[in-house]
Amino acid sequence: MNRPAETGTVAVGCSEAPVLRERGQREVFCGLTGIVWLHRKLQDAFFLVIGSRTCAHLIQSAAGVMIFAEPRFATAILGERDLAGMADCNEELDRVVNELLARRPEISTLFLVGSCPSEVIKLDLANAAQRLSVSHSGRVRILNYSGSGIETTFTQGEDNCLHALVPELPASADTSKSLLIVGTLADVVEDQFTRMLDELGIGPVHFLPPRRAVDLPPVGPGTRMLLAQPFLGETARALTARGAQLLEAPYPFGVEGTLGWLRAAATDFGVTAERFDAVTAMPAARAQRALGRYQELLAGKRISFLPDSQLEIPLARFLQRECGMEPVEVGTPYLDKQMLTGELPLLSESTRLSEGQDVDKQLERLRSERPDLTVCGLGLANPLEAEGLATKWSIELVFTPIHGFEQAADLAELFARPLMRRDRLIFSSCN
Amino acid sequence: MQLTLWTYEGPPHVGAMRIATSMEGVHYVLHAPQGDTYADLLFTMIERRNKRPPVTYTTFQARDLGSDTAGLLTNSVREAYERFKPRAMLVGESCTAELIQDQPGALAMGMGLPIPVVPLELPAYSKKENWGASETFYYLVRTLLKQTAAAAPDRQAGTRPRANLLGPSAMGFRSRDNIEEIRRLLDSIGVDVNLVAPEGATPEDLMRIPAADFNICLYPEVAQTTCVWLEREFNQPFVKTVPIGVGATRDFVAEVAQIAGIDIDAALAAEDRSRLPWYSRSVDSNYLTGKRVFIFGDGTHVLAAARIAREEFAFEIVGLGTYSREFARQVRALAQDYGLEALITDDYLEVEARITEAEPEMVLGTQMERHIAKRLGLPCAVICAPFHVQDVPAQYSPQMGFEGANVIFDTWIHPLMMGLEEHLLGMFRDDFEFNDDAAPSHLGGGIEARPAVTAATDEAEMSTADKAAGPAWAEDAEKELRKIPFFVRGKARRNTERFAIDFGLEKITVETLYDAKAHFGR
Repeated sequence: MNRPAETGTVAVGCSEAPVLRERGQREVFCGLTGIVWLHRKLQDAFFLVIGSRTCAHLIQSAAGVMIFAEPRFATAILGERDLAGMADCNEELDRVVNELLARRPEISTLFLVGSCPSEVIKLDLANAAQRLSVSHSGRVRILNYSGSGIETTFTQGEDNCLHALVPELPASADTSKSLLIVGTLADVVEDQFTRMLDELGIGPVHFLPPRRAVDLPPVGPGTRMLLAQPFLGETARALTARGAQLLEAPYPFGVEGTLGWLRAAATDFGVTAERFDAVTAMPAARAQRALGRYQELLAGKRISFLPDSQLEIPLARFLQRECGMEPVEVGTPYLDKQMLTGELPLLSESTRLSEGQDVDKQLERLRSERPDLTVCGLGLANPLEAEGLATKWSIELVFTPIHGFEQAADLAELFARPLMRRDRLIFSSCN
Repeated sequence: MQLTLWTYEGPPHVGAMRIATSMEGVHYVLHAPQGDTYADLLFTMIERRNKRPPVTYTTFQARDLGSDTAGLLTNSVREAYERFKPRAMLVGESCTAELIQDQPGALAMGMGLPIPVVPLELPAYSKKENWGASETFYYLVRTLLKQTAAAAPDRQAGTRPRANLLGPSAMGFRSRDNIEEIRRLLDSIGVDVNLVAPEGATPEDLMRIPAADFNICLYPEVAQTTCVWLEREFNQPFVKTVPIGVGATRDFVAEVAQIAGIDIDAALAAEDRSRLPWYSRSVDSNYLTGKRVFIFGDGTHVLAAARIAREEFAFEIVGLGTYSREFARQVRALAQDYGLEALITDDYLEVEARITEAEPEMVLGTQMERHIAKRLGLPCAVICAPFHVQDVPAQYSPQMGFEGANVIFDTWIHPLMMGLEEHLLGMFRDDFEFNDDAAPSHLGGGIEARPAVTAATDEAEMSTADKAAGPAWAEDAEKELRKIPFFVRGKARRNTERFAIDFGLEKITVETLYDAKAHFGR
């Protein structure tokens, strides 16, 4: 489809657009929520939150349905004794970790995850991780990161988790090129990308996070890095510090995004244009055909994003350029422009970008603009539906395979479904 | 520090949210960091409420900690007051704010708002959700009634007695339908409802509480503290029986009649439309006799379920427990009556271990026990919170009153295999389509959790036997054991091993198996 980067004129898009910055009540999860998908991806890792009952309640509620198998996460709930200094928090933590590792002998990596309370009482989890690593040396790698709400928002938890893994990555011995794809992807998507990169002759290809925490990918000066998610700024910067080179690209959402993303790697790895086209033409055309089913429904519809997953800008770009939707307001918890250099120029200038949130003010704008579709968190979805505003839950966007050619239409369908549903139901929208 | 996989209750400020969300005209300002807004989804997603909970979160961040988090709080209070124009405000903090000690309640009190402001101090590191709900309701009622003189309501001759229904709240189990059912029941025996609270009540409603002749404590976890206070301050007696089950509903009617001063026999005769007694007596229900059940949940529902299970289903209770420490005494006492030791814990892993150990044929519990039961391949019915979206049905499904008893009968037998089906399984165990590992036929063939689980349970059984270094099983005896339906197999194995040990046998043969069967009965 459109290839603005190749036309020669430099598109500015939203790069220089004014950003509405707001501060107030945020209706956004904290970084602990990332555990919900990270613990499924890293099959030999365990996530231990050191926090309060609220933290435990948050994770189980955010998971939507409680996960039936014994989860690979838990919370060490701080009690009065811990806070009053009657119990030594470090000794308590050691006891809990020992108990946990005895229960789960198959765990190879344990993440101690900081929370708001553990940060406020200044519990030094880095130190604890180091101490525990020594006592469990050889068996379990113990790392720490923060998922606290006073420091992180929703998907930043993944950034912090991967960031904690970066120092653990083995240094690659040689300087020959390899590709590192950073960000949790559905297994099926990983396999698709692996096949396609292989056909392009790009390799070796590694993924961070890997499916097993013991299989950490190597990193070094030959490492070229493609980000699969736009919320991994700290991880990308840490990998850069270890010699990896970030390939600037749009994110692989939709046909255009996926092509741009693959092309960034192809260009760097010296793949010829002919070969690139030969490999990508068929899947791109197939994705285009599949998308066609939803384009008619989505075209011309107005959409607003409330800040949530950090995926808002790339998704707005996809919906605008490939589905013909009209973004009204695109809100994002924080705007990391460095991570969006491949995206902002593609988004139309007329889009209102907002950063941060004052939820009541934002809802006022929403009610006056009444977009056809609003992307928001679970707490707001039903109340907005009850007001007659169609919604798409944003959490589904991080739980569903949406990357790559084969998922482009699935991604469009996620937005089309609430609209189709309204068309089909005989009930009036307001009640 | 307590290692926790799942938590039965949320933190106490979620309890406060339940009170605020139940009511109209009340707003809750919560000093809390980003992330705590997750609690909104309990109400909007699980209960499908169509409004945001009336809660403003201050959303402080790390960079605010060194500066003015208190200013953030007062701003939030002011803005929430101006935007939402509540007629009463709750001000409190979540776990993290408790640590920074801004004392939001005191700050808000000092702002001179022209409405009642209730400061909430709910210690997040020692207390939990139901306690938080109870305290919040109590302090709200107390604050609103501060100016009201304590005078015994004088009922005019010829008017019907009036009661307040206290306790039903957001995220309470089947509150919506329980309210309707109890209203109907009271109406039919000649009692009017003055008001229901907190669900659907306004601050002005709460100020009318003293106008009723008495209170009905429908959910002690939320309303008992308030009812006790109202009894003391306003001479309002309260009805303590929770009408869940036929027997309890009859007792409830009798207690209401006695407190309201109406004729008990007439009241009891007026209303008894439960089909449960006949359904339980009808021959088809014979298969329910002695079914081994494990009951776990909050205090109120566990106490009620235990009575129903024993007296109205003729089940055998093999385990009884609660996560509500506030109700531990009552649950312990009841368990003792039944010759059991109550399980008082909020540790999901411990509950799972105890259920596994008790080898019940059915579990009555919460959403958590549903997971445990699924894993063990056991039928399960949810009797109380915590619950999930499927436990908030569209259809009228009270738990209380006589219709509630009907609903309970249906709900509890639904996951079970029907009587004759169970017999057929016992006779023809190896039918390839309809066998031990299949789910009950009315539940469809899609549920295939059992095979793997059965294997796991068998393994677990084996290992206990090994550990005990007890008598060895002969191969044919082991085979014979496998012909016993899975839900009683564990018990048969245990009984046989106990029998063998008691009689000093070294090897268990087919004969031993049947000797033990004759010795212990089913």
